[in-house]
Amino acid sequence: MSEPSSVSSGREAVIEFRNAGYQLPGGPRLLHEISFVVGRGETLVLLGRSGAGKTTALRLINRLVDPTDGEVLVEGRRTLDWDPIRLRRRVGYVIQETGLFPHYTVEKNISLLPRLEHWPKLEIRARVEELLRLVGLDPGLFLERYPRELSGGQRQRVGLARALASDPPILLMDEPFGALDPLTRADIRVEFQALERRLGKAIVLVTHDINDALVLGARIALIEAGELKGLYSPPEFLQSAEPVAAAYLGQLRALDLFRKEERR
Amino acid sequence: MNQFLFEHGSEILQATLEHIWLVGATMLLAIVIGVPLGMVVARKPWLSKPILGSANIAETIPSLALLGFLLPIPWLGDRADRLTITALTLYALLPIIRNTAAGISGVDPAVREAARGMGLTQRQILFQVELPLSVSTILAGVRVSTVLTIGIATIAAAVGAGGLGEFIFRGLAMVNDRLILAGAIPAAILALGADFLLGVMEHLLRPVR
Repeated sequence: MSEPSSVSSGREAVIEFRNAGYQLPGGPRLLHEISFVVGRGETLVLLGRSGAGKTTALRLINRLVDPTDGEVLVEGRRTLDWDPIRLRRRVGYVIQETGLFPHYTVEKNISLLPRLEHWPKLEIRARVEELLRLVGLDPGLFLERYPRELSGGQRQRVGLARALASDPPILLMDEPFGALDPLTRADIRVEFQALERRLGKAIVLVTHDINDALVLGARIALIEAGELKGLYSPPEFLQSAEPVAAAYLGQLRALDLFRKEERR
Repeated sequence: MNQFLFEHGSEILQATLEHIWLVGATMLLAIVIGVPLGMVVARKPWLSKPILGSANIAETIPSLALLGFLLPIPWLGDRADRLTITALTLYALLPIIRNTAAGISGVDPAVREAARGMGLTQRQILFQVELPLSVSTILAGVRVSTVLTIGIATIAAAVGAGGLGEFIFRGLAMVNDRLILAGAIPAAILALGADFLLGVMEHLLRPVR
């Protein structure tokens, strides 16, 4: 790590990476030993370019892959000691393509886990409506729709509602706004920022967008070629001398320069 | 013509019912065996070559020869319909296996990833997600198989299992076109009817994508 920064946030650790790495069997090393802690109610953004290993890091948390080096702890227990199914049900998972089930209505998509866990019917219905309102969709309009009848932004909202269905303490988001146009993206980002605080969950969000990182992250983990280049708070990130961080900031500064140029 | 129908009507009906029984039993068996095999092909790539290969080979054996091969097998050779249904099932398998595998592998990887990430078990992924999304593709395979089987089932008469083939074989032996048609036309109508009905089902069960 190039700059000293808080590896730990000081809060109660919900997710902890201890020199965790991942190597494909007989193949390349996708993730070098990385360490960080995510506390309750805290959002960590994994920022990096495509193929940097961000998604792999995310998948280590819900055991879609197991670390080949070091260990990952969830709620103080090594992921290898968790039953993968039980672990995943405590971890909401939102992906870019949403992965909504095309043969289910919005209601059935969101209620799948509660139904599998045999919640009482009335409770499920109430929960689904509550979640739809939480993500800004009118239950009356959307309960009976199929995913193909939704816009990209609406799909992402439903994907988020589904991930929150059984109120998991952890939320993993992989490029959740990646498929949206820039304006919708900005809207949803701001809404999610407000939601973040209300949810009080440990959130790990993967993105390649510096705007997502600065707006949503309590801390930003910069990942490049499978290595953790640094952990920053947004203000620290803006001051960072790390070349990769500087490159990201270059995008923002380019905009500033352009504006100055215009004003002249 | 009317005279002919009057004389042979009940016989044709009898043969048609036998034909339906042979095909129905075959398809039931072929689905019960073929769909799970198709799932295995989709899930375990290393088993896909041997399974699809065997089903392919079965398909290439001439039907009369296949009946001949199966005849000496103790339990099978005892009864003509047993023998026929076994042979027909071997023919019916390939399209069902192939379509089941194609249907399951065709499920959007993002959907499967989401299901896995949500904590669905393999079984739940199969029954909640993969199978419902593959139903219409599987049915398309069943449809092809059924039409094929209705045609091939006419050879059942060669080993005395009855069915519409009786008329065809008799007609051939007696050089009587009307007898041949008495077997061929109901068989063709059966095939068209099955094709239509299964086509409607396939359409109704198509998942919204």
